[in-house]
Amino acid sequence: MHFNNHNSTHEWVLKVENLTKIYGEHTENTLANTGPSKGTNICPETGSIVACANISFELFPGEVLGIVGESGSGKSTIVKQLFFDLDVTMGSALLRPFKNGEVNIFEESNQKKRFMRNHLMGMVYQNPRDGLNFAFTSGGNIAEKLLMADLFHVGKIRERAAELLDKTEVPVARMDDLPAYFSGGMQQRVQISKAIANNPPLLFLDEVTSGLDVSVQARVLDLIRGLQHELGIAMIVVSHDLSVIRMLTDRTLVLKNGRIVERGLTDQILQDPQHEYTQLLVSSLL
Amino acid sequence: MATILEVTNLRKCFNLHILNDKKIEALIDVNFSMEEGEIVGLTGKSGSGKSTLMKTIYRTYLASSGEMNYLSKTFGKINLVEADEHQILQLRRKEITYCSQFLKVIPRVTAIDVVADTIVKKESDRPLAREISTDLIKTLGLPPELWDAFPSTFSGGEQQRINIARAIIAKPRFLLVDEPTASLDTKTKDIVIELILGLKKNGTSVLLITHDEYTLQRLSDKTIHLQHGQILEQVFA
Repeated sequence: MHFNNHNSTHEWVLKVENLTKIYGEHTENTLANTGPSKGTNICPETGSIVACANISFELFPGEVLGIVGESGSGKSTIVKQLFFDLDVTMGSALLRPFKNGEVNIFEESNQKKRFMRNHLMGMVYQNPRDGLNFAFTSGGNIAEKLLMADLFHVGKIRERAAELLDKTEVPVARMDDLPAYFSGGMQQRVQISKAIANNPPLLFLDEVTSGLDVSVQARVLDLIRGLQHELGIAMIVVSHDLSVIRMLTDRTLVLKNGRIVERGLTDQILQDPQHEYTQLLVSSLL
Repeated sequence: MATILEVTNLRKCFNLHILNDKKIEALIDVNFSMEEGEIVGLTGKSGSGKSTLMKTIYRTYLASSGEMNYLSKTFGKINLVEADEHQILQLRRKEITYCSQFLKVIPRVTAIDVVADTIVKKESDRPLAREISTDLIKTLGLPPELWDAFPSTFSGGEQQRINIARAIIAKPRFLLVDEPTASLDTKTKDIVIELILGLKKNGTSVLLITHDEYTLQRLSDKTIHLQHGQILEQVFA
């Protein structure tokens, strides 16, 4: 009998190893002096802050990975490093669509990093002001991303921008309005349009629904689920909200004091949490 | 006929760190097996470990020790206790379906689409999937005015029907189903029973939790009775 053996080492789109971010001077004791067992991110010797340390995981095509944890646990730091918004202190990341996943993307030139950002990744920030240029119209924001991804034909750009706004349920008639005149939920949907404009194989979502009221939150979550279903983009969803994690993700990493304390299938993390901290998180759910 | 699942010395102990490491022994030395196309009923009082056993097989709960060897179409014989997360996700997508007692509603998705989503792989398949889905919820007697409504507002029995439709539409190889007939009237109960028997005819193996004597009698080939997390007896129909 022939079985299609699943070889998990050859399928990832993103492979992260020992990703570490430390602010300030640190010694070889810094990592040992911090973390969940010490209950702090701050090294008592040097005063340096360990935002995240020894983060390793793999992300598979079309998979949605959740990262959950309280404020300051290092969730956003991880995606910001992967999107090159922050420099890394240590660690590596391999990206399959870039040089077949054979090089550490953090060691590439700035030009190559820009290429990856513009062609292979998308990011949706908690604050629309981080992801959108408020001096440009909503259509202009999408055009900016498309120009960076080497689409130069004005007619095609406008066509694509209209298609994206329609997909994310932003009235196309408002394409030439400034995002400042939009509601928070609409700004967030414009930001999602922009992030997926270049059809990236990898999308980062950082607390995208945190500031929104529930009805708007449901629409944005529904939109993300629909896009995932339709386009099969691999995503990393950062959220402190376990309901968001439950609705969107297949697997979850739980962070505390910058370290992964637990990882597993999302339903397992929520219903049979193993680590004391995860048990506390889950039992605090309303 | 081949054995589809063999559970050996399965133990599940919940260790509640936030309650001073309180330990709850939920399953103790559970041993049983299931054949392809067999329906096995799980009975026992509330708290006897029925749902825990089902969730441990589905890997929502992590087994503390023991083995659960499942005969997969994709992987061949695979121990579900040790299988990696991606293997489990793949099995859930293709072979093993879990139908809980309660519908976990996705906001703003219509009844037809909630059911159709299970079999939509590409967006282009959706019209056909919606057709199949509509036929199924029609068979289950869901009123037409609800087909394009959002299930979060449905009654218990209506939600239950959506839940069942969603679980059986893909004709899983192995179905775990918790109280499928609990909130249904007699007529709908019979429809659900016939649908499950239809799956069985197609080769689906079913593990079924029920408190309903009638459902049990009509469906189960073998009944496992649980008490305090242990198998008290196994009765063949």
